[in-house]
Amino acid sequence: MKIEAGVLERADGSAYLEIGGNKVLAAVYGPRELHVRRIMRPDMAVIRCRYNMAPFSVGDRKRPGPDRRSVEISKITADALRPAVFLEKFPRSTIDIFIEILEAEGGTRCAGITAASVALADAGIPMRDLVVSCAAGKANGNVVLDLSENEDKEGEADLPVAIMPRSGEITLLQMDGHLTSEEFDKALNLAVEGCKKINEAQKEAIKNRYGEENG
Amino acid sequence: MIFVEDKNLVVPGDVLADDEYHTGRGTFRDGNKICSSLVGLVAVRDKKISVIPLQSKYIPKRGDVVIGEITDIRFSMWNLDINSPYSGFLPASDVFGKEKRDLNKAFDVGDVLFLRVVDVDEVKKVKLGLKGRGLGKFRGGILIYITPTKVPRLIGKKGSMINMIKDETKCDIIVGQNGVVWVKGEPEMERVAEKVINMIEDQAHTSGLTDRVRNMLYELLGKEIEEEKEDVEEEVPEPDIEE
Repeated sequence: MKIEAGVLERADGSAYLEIGGNKVLAAVYGPRELHVRRIMRPDMAVIRCRYNMAPFSVGDRKRPGPDRRSVEISKITADALRPAVFLEKFPRSTIDIFIEILEAEGGTRCAGITAASVALADAGIPMRDLVVSCAAGKANGNVVLDLSENEDKEGEADLPVAIMPRSGEITLLQMDGHLTSEEFDKALNLAVEGCKKINEAQKEAIKNRYGEENG
Repeated sequence: MIFVEDKNLVVPGDVLADDEYHTGRGTFRDGNKICSSLVGLVAVRDKKISVIPLQSKYIPKRGDVVIGEITDIRFSMWNLDINSPYSGFLPASDVFGKEKRDLNKAFDVGDVLFLRVVDVDEVKKVKLGLKGRGLGKFRGGILIYITPTKVPRLIGKKGSMINMIKDETKCDIIVGQNGVVWVKGEPEMERVAEKVINMIEDQAHTSGLTDRVRNMLYELLGKEIEEEKEDVEEEVPEPDIEE
């Protein structure tokens, strides 16, 4: 696992994340002026998010452009990050998040959220906490953490979770497949444990950007 | 009880202290804990704890002096980009008084102006003005964009840092509170000033910066330093900027 903050010169904040076989780039612009009047909020900023997979990110070439899956992931990413950001500090503005999946190997939505949160912090946007995401699931009858592509496709269940680690609040919880109540609890706890580990790497990445000297 | 030291680097969500401290800038209260909301350096003053951000956007404040670029001309005002989430406007009446004149003749799109923020209303409309010493249009020169939170560092204590750069490069330099810096001088000197300003932005969070800036200036100017040491003088009108 590797996280790097501030990789893009032109974006206000950015992050590059490698986790498992995934390679993800996240860029944040803003808060900036919002020209689309109908989505403007007079009391807070809006978060707009675009998740996109590169044509070369998967085995068979992916047809470029938004599809049903990427529209869904864009929405849930924005929803997962929204509770963490102090939106009320920037009324009538927008924060734009762009997530590009360069290489996919199962669990890209979690990787995207984790990277986007580092990019938001890098952009200097005030947040209650970093958001960190990790999936658990069930494959070959066992509850496991961070499924690979094959485990996801052939396994019994997938459970992506995003949390704010300090308070433990869950900002994203999805489930695909079937789990018993006990298995669900086990998978959720496992995912939360995984999130906490990734959170350490997130903090490390942000601190590394500004070098070792701490004053 | 405090969990961090002065000048520690913190990230959003880090717990800084508990109830007995007060929340300053860049911090918030969560239950009985005080947490950081930004990536930045901790500053503890008595019982008040704050976080100085390393990266931010400029939020217009009344009385600030800023550098803006004209983006649009409307019937009775100019619209300006002030490097902020909110664009500013300059009413024509501020320039012409009661007289009606063609706005194009005064300023055109792309002109760079040095202005004062006259008012920011509740819908974040930023009214700008040109009344004041040194305010007006820039001719020539280059613009450098830095993070607004690093402006005080670039100016230094009582302008020590900025005056050193001005003296050594013999450039006119004006710093807007919105993180836009205007530099005019000999083309080579403009480049030297740009390099130094970018270096200050990169290293604003470290200590002993003034000495390193001086060394860098001497290194970049190299040979010219010996020859022209005598005729270094202040010919720049002091821009009225306070830290």
